[in-house]
Amino acid sequence: MSELAATKPATADRAIRSPLGEFWRRLRTKRVALAAGVVLLAIVLVCVFAPWLAPYNPTTPDYQAILAGPSATHWFGTDAYGRDILSRVIWGGRISLWVGFVSVTLGGAVGVALGLLSGYLGGWTDSVIMRLADVLLAFPGILLAIGIVAVLGPGVTNVIYAVAVFSVPVFARLVRGSTLALKQSVYVQASRSIGVRPVALVLRHILPGTLPGVIVYMSLRVGTAILTAAALSFIGLGAQPPSPEWGAMLADGRSYLGVDDQLTLFPGIAIFVTVLALNLLGDGLRDALDQRLR
Amino acid sequence: MIAFLARRVLGIVPVLVCVSLFAFGFVRMLPGDPARLLAGPDATQAEVRAVRVSLGLDKPLWQQYATYIRQTLAGELGRSARTGQPVATVIGERFMPTLWLTIAAMGWSTVIGVALGVIAGVRRGRWQDQTSMVLTVSGISFPAFWLGLLLIDLFAVRLHWLPTGGEHGWRSFILPSFTLGVAVAAVMARFTRSAFVEVAGEDYVRTARMKGVPERRVVWKHTFRNALIPVITMAGLQFGFLLGGSIVIETVFAWPGLGRLLVDSVNYRDYPVIQAEILLFSFEFVLINLLVDVLYAVVNPEIRLQ
Repeated sequence: MSELAATKPATADRAIRSPLGEFWRRLRTKRVALAAGVVLLAIVLVCVFAPWLAPYNPTTPDYQAILAGPSATHWFGTDAYGRDILSRVIWGGRISLWVGFVSVTLGGAVGVALGLLSGYLGGWTDSVIMRLADVLLAFPGILLAIGIVAVLGPGVTNVIYAVAVFSVPVFARLVRGSTLALKQSVYVQASRSIGVRPVALVLRHILPGTLPGVIVYMSLRVGTAILTAAALSFIGLGAQPPSPEWGAMLADGRSYLGVDDQLTLFPGIAIFVTVLALNLLGDGLRDALDQRLR
Repeated sequence: MIAFLARRVLGIVPVLVCVSLFAFGFVRMLPGDPARLLAGPDATQAEVRAVRVSLGLDKPLWQQYATYIRQTLAGELGRSARTGQPVATVIGERFMPTLWLTIAAMGWSTVIGVALGVIAGVRRGRWQDQTSMVLTVSGISFPAFWLGLLLIDLFAVRLHWLPTGGEHGWRSFILPSFTLGVAVAAVMARFTRSAFVEVAGEDYVRTARMKGVPERRVVWKHTFRNALIPVITMAGLQFGFLLGGSIVIETVFAWPGLGRLLVDSVNYRDYPVIQAEILLFSFEFVLINLLVDVLYAVVNPEIRLQ
């Protein structure tokens, strides 16, 4: 802590000059986070190229190969309908990553907009937005998501909306905080004094400064979003059969516990590795962003 | 302190109004006739009419809301569309199993989480710290429902040491409460560590060390006691999140609690039960947040004055 305290004024000065440059410079020293980033990139690439990489169709049954263990023809084995588990895990990744990224981007965009409004305008706008954020934050995401799915009906798209809603207050709070700080900074004050209009001031001068924090929270929230979406599918409220969603695959494999463990093992590992990579990357990004946040 | 309490209790009124509006509006936001939805898919015309009259669905919305609040306060929550039992009875039966499960999970995860966090904080940068950080980041990344399945597979299906699910005696608590608590223990450990590290950098800790206070005393009296304040807040908040996590874990372990009731009700579209559960869960979170704030003010007098 003492060496951090000693270097802090210098980094604070640099951070004002180029927040993003400073951020990348510090991130380069985090080896675990970089490794996690590489793993994540690999997972994303595998999902993107699923049509070429997956050896079988994920939903076509093969009644000649029901509940087969891992072998040379089916690396991860097959399920109760003879569907290839490796192919299902690869295609399932598309759903999980899609739900994770889209819901957090959606929630993040709304949250950033509200945070900028709240922080820049202040006054009653700020009070109303922040009270609403407090109410939303007080509830655990999964309960809110179940409430929303109960209204909209089960399915992947509705899960995306549900997860997006409970990401909004996190980003609104975060961006409001950095907007308040940036509003007082020298370069924003200077832009204002030379007559830059409020909209341009917020979009061109304040928004970029809040982005590093937003990126960090996005990486952490995508992990949470993927876990929540998988949990919703697991309890039957998310992706519906025959969709190869990871949580839904785990639910399918429940009845075969102790007999055909390949059904639950591989989708479980897929969720864990993806979320772990996201969390390690997020932790590294956060440490690079602000040493004191740890 | 009394002024603080009064302010905080008054502060939750708008939140409760929001929550009740959501629970009230929920059935009315769905497509279709609310009376038919609340009476259930198998209800006769007469039953649907009875629901319509008791909720005053032909009256203006604000009157309906007033009726809803009055009935809720009187404990009249309607009848389950699935079983026909009063909702209050159904929920009453499921309340205690969930409460005990949550308390069991909270108990072990707070003790272990805080202990891990303190060890990591004291041994910062050494192997104890690194091991505990690996454990905790894995803990928050592990899908709890998969962990539950793995534990059932090992301890119930293969070894036959513990039951696969249901609530029968203390042995049935071990697997669900462990599964439920893992993520909380991990969050608590990470949070305790950072609170500890922050306090360890304070001037008064350095002063204590400089004037020759024994290291053990510096750790426990000067650092731990002060780091404990934010940790209490975090523990309270985690309690609320445990109630949320119980929804999934109860499904894994066939636990006869509120969480599984909610999932079953959503699948069956048993709207009176869903409505009452959303209200109950929300009320619990609001109450827990209030308790945390009060506890916080008890340990830290500065808060009361703000």
